[in-house]
Amino acid sequence: MTAVAAPATVSTVRQRPPWAIPAIAIGLVVSYFFILTFFLGLDARTHDHASEIAVQQVANALSIGAIYALIALGYTMVYGIIELINFAHGDVFMMGAFLAVLFTGSGIGPFPGILHLSGPVTDVVPLLLYMAATLAVVMPITGLLNMTIERVFYRPFRNASRLAPLITAVGVSFILQNVALVLFGSGDRGAPQIFPIAWRIELLGASIPVLNFVILIIALGLMFVLQTFIRRTRLGRAMRATALDQQASKLMGVDVNQTIALTFLIGGALAGAAGTVWGFSFGFVRQDLGFNAGLKSFTSAVLGGIGNITGAVLGGFVIGFIENFAASLGLTRWAEFSVFVALTLVLVFRPAGILGQQVGERA
Amino acid sequence: MKATPRVEDDKKAKVPNDISSFRVWRKRLVEAANKHRSWTIVISMAIGSVLLYFWAAFPPFSFVQSQNTWISGFVNAGVFILLALGLNIVVGFAGLLDLGYAAFFAFGAYLYAFGASPFTHLHLPFLVLLLGGAAVAAVFGIALGAPTLRLRGDYLAIVTLGFGEIVPIVFLNAEKYTQGTNGIGGVDRPNIFGFVFPGIDQTAYYVLMSMVVTIVLILVYRLLDSRIGRAWAAIREDELAAAANGINTVTTKLAAFALGATTAGFAGVLNASKLTIVDPTQFLFTVSFTVLAMIVLGGMGNPLGVAVGAFILYNIQAVLLKQLNAVFDNLNVPVLQDIDFVKFQFLLFGIALVLFMMFRPEGLIPSQRRRQELHSADAESSEDLALIAPEAGEVAL
Repeated sequence: MTAVAAPATVSTVRQRPPWAIPAIAIGLVVSYFFILTFFLGLDARTHDHASEIAVQQVANALSIGAIYALIALGYTMVYGIIELINFAHGDVFMMGAFLAVLFTGSGIGPFPGILHLSGPVTDVVPLLLYMAATLAVVMPITGLLNMTIERVFYRPFRNASRLAPLITAVGVSFILQNVALVLFGSGDRGAPQIFPIAWRIELLGASIPVLNFVILIIALGLMFVLQTFIRRTRLGRAMRATALDQQASKLMGVDVNQTIALTFLIGGALAGAAGTVWGFSFGFVRQDLGFNAGLKSFTSAVLGGIGNITGAVLGGFVIGFIENFAASLGLTRWAEFSVFVALTLVLVFRPAGILGQQVGERA
Repeated sequence: MKATPRVEDDKKAKVPNDISSFRVWRKRLVEAANKHRSWTIVISMAIGSVLLYFWAAFPPFSFVQSQNTWISGFVNAGVFILLALGLNIVVGFAGLLDLGYAAFFAFGAYLYAFGASPFTHLHLPFLVLLLGGAAVAAVFGIALGAPTLRLRGDYLAIVTLGFGEIVPIVFLNAEKYTQGTNGIGGVDRPNIFGFVFPGIDQTAYYVLMSMVVTIVLILVYRLLDSRIGRAWAAIREDELAAAANGINTVTTKLAAFALGATTAGFAGVLNASKLTIVDPTQFLFTVSFTVLAMIVLGGMGNPLGVAVGAFILYNIQAVLLKQLNAVFDNLNVPVLQDIDFVKFQFLLFGIALVLFMMFRPEGLIPSQRRRQELHSADAESSEDLALIAPEAGEVAL
């Protein structure tokens, strides 16, 4: 059938000026701040401290948004390159969170921990070393896990019917979730919060945990590295080429299998980073963590325009805002509902997402 | 078809008479069954139901659990058969992946709970609610499908996944109307023209369930061969070509979605009336996943296969795994007795689903057309072919 243009994974043509994305991002943060202040001001309970609470909540929203954005990158890259919703991706994130807990803590059930940390580490240098070591251990493992999943479960379906790989992906997700259930048990498992929550910065009248900034910096740093990798390196160019047209890149000498494996490796590593950060931030992990986080992150990817890397990051933050907005107004239980409503609305009114291009139905 | 009789004739000449007459009779029987399929379904369901009912009282069935427990389990299996038949319309016939199917099941169940329980002080007739539950589920199916079915196929999977996740949350959070986690208890047992179903003896439920499954099977087979059934097959195989041939893809897909939801609505009402309690945990993603595994194992697209798959998988889940625990406990097998097999249930389902998708995607009892589709895709996947004619790979997608 007509080869419909692949969703521009990593758009080769830059139509926007370089300052557009930072401008959009800052605009989003600022407008979210004002909207939130306005709504908090309406409520008698929060009326007096509306702007302080809003600053606080914006910081929270940014750090959870950063986690969603990191996961969303994996969805969007994989979708861009092989047009598959990798349902197992959220569970790779969950596995990353468990691995980070195993590495830093003193073990879960029969599995021994490695660093045996339990509380905050208050010296800066060891703290940074621990965090870097955790990321350095977790990211390659989840990357390899994701790559193995591709190799074993998805590659046989490369040219098969559309439904088969999707169903397999759902199955793989379920397997991972239940492997975690069998290995680690159900319910919340404590994660060592090695970053001191007590460290706070006074900003605009609110005191914000330094951790929020650290998460944001880690996430943005990884995203910057990813962007540079895709824009500037040979392998990155191979990824862009494969996303645009697999057959043609094969003819041009791109090793398509290797490129796809690399995409899964990177996506998995980013999900691992997100999992690590999750544990530091929330202090617990659970075997069904991946399901919800995966759903929200996929929503982020769709919101930003699936296949579009910058879009996925923006989408992650927007989802963070939406979820945080419901929570700030005391509707925590409806947070997921609002995210889902957002997904449906986006699909109805702008299926291509914020930054995406219109993509036709694939035959 | 024309070649077959000649082959028969050749064989008739060689083999002794009694075997050939057996073959002829078998052939006649198959032909008659194909010609009068609805009657075949009625008769075989009747025979099957009666046999199962009495077999449950004799060994080896009776060693495992009492007849009433078996019957109760068969009724639950019937709920899953209905769900599987409904999801099969969506996934198997129309090729749309619905991952939130349990949501429609929930609508049926909650409608029944609202219509016939002390909680609302309403006690509407069972048959009215049975149809009402199906109708409500269908309306939600259309409401969800209308905006999303226009989109690329795989978006539907994620939207339905989200929908299936949200619906139990809404029922959980809207405590004022649904009693949240406690659920709505004391739901009426079915009352059909003055006959109230007894709670302990499950025979009445069993009879009702056999009848409903029979009717749904007949309807589903008739749908499969109808104009819309062929339209579904066309869309599943190639949506662009189907659209080019004058099929309105959106309404056709919507019809599949609504009919699938309807069946789930029936199942929901029946399940609520049997359990007499409805709570949000009955409708989690695991239900949608189990039903998906049932249709993949049974044979996507083939109602008979799907129904058998559902029956087998339900019994593995509800009986076999528990029995394994009991057996290994009694025998004191060193490692195995410490394993809780029920805990592994969903892991096993996941592994089975993936293995089937990879090695036998057409399921245990395949539908002929589906098998050809799934295997023709393999044939076209060879790299050389894809390189010589890039379009060849695309056609299968």
